[in-house]
Amino acid sequence: MNPFDERSHPQWVGEDAGPIVRPYVLTRGRTEPTRGRFDLITLVVTVRSALLKETALDPECQAIVKLCYQPQSVAEIAAHTNLPAGTVRVLLSDLLDQDLIALQEPHTETDMHDERLYRAVLDGLRAL
Amino acid sequence: MDSVRSNRDAGRVKLPTAIKILVAGGFGAGKTTLVGAVSEIQPLRTEETLTDRGVGVDDLSGVEAKQTTTVAMDFGRITIGDAYRLYLFGTPGQERFWFLWDELALGALGAVVLADTRRLADCFPSLDYFERRHTPFIVAVNCFDGARRYDLEEVRLGLTLHPDIPIVLCDARERESSKKVLITLVEHAMKVRLGTAATGEAAAR
Repeated sequence: MNPFDERSHPQWVGEDAGPIVRPYVLTRGRTEPTRGRFDLITLVVTVRSALLKETALDPECQAIVKLCYQPQSVAEIAAHTNLPAGTVRVLLSDLLDQDLIALQEPHTETDMHDERLYRAVLDGLRAL
Repeated sequence: MDSVRSNRDAGRVKLPTAIKILVAGGFGAGKTTLVGAVSEIQPLRTEETLTDRGVGVDDLSGVEAKQTTTVAMDFGRITIGDAYRLYLFGTPGQERFWFLWDELALGALGAVVLADTRRLADCFPSLDYFERRHTPFIVAVNCFDGARRYDLEEVRLGLTLHPDIPIVLCDARERESSKKVLITLVEHAMKVRLGTAATGEAAAR
């Protein structure tokens, strides 16, 4: 989609316009998180201390902190905030540095040899 | 859970562990349809903006030539009790997105390759990829209206699929059918990784 194509976008407004601010402006140009792997399925939850500091955060970080009162994956955070996953990773590392969130990293390849995991997933799927 | 990142507040949270399954296949093979059929949420879309990922951080040459690519992926979620959360990712099938697959495939439980018998060749790149990477996978032949019904063994032959790789027919629009596809995959992944059969006696116990 070319936003400069006047025929398809006579008016560059509203949702169709997409983000007006380029994603990496929000991260002040950083493309890599300061720490953490932040897989798309790393689960993130807001920890209690965040409630006190929330108002001092950028709107995007505030949105993430609110969203993560319930545990969310990095992919879900990206989808709900309408930000690219790369941007979300950087913002999450900032929140982690401030002790506002806690993470649960997913299993590594070696953890994939745990039989209980397969049994649990099979039971869960059969019960759907 | 002891693997929660050490953090002053970490002791207060107990999070499930997330697991991912990839749903691959050519354009229009029904990836998002299958994800949506079993997901407990409306499939969501996430965008990975890929700039210099994979390029060495100290590589300062050619900075001006760095390209930004945005790849969209649809995904869904299934909660498995308190301990696990299963995420299903519809993965872009085009070869040029393989670098994205590497990140996705890391730690994946397994993959479903959706085949469309009208365009069987579209799923070759997915098959090659998972074979090469040793990611457990199965092939699900999505039965589109109006498509000629193929015998599964014919499809297996067409794909030159190893006899140990399960191949099943499915209707990606149907929850039950998509559920069976996932169960077949998890059983297969378990067999590949642990060398045990998951069905029959184990299920009856």
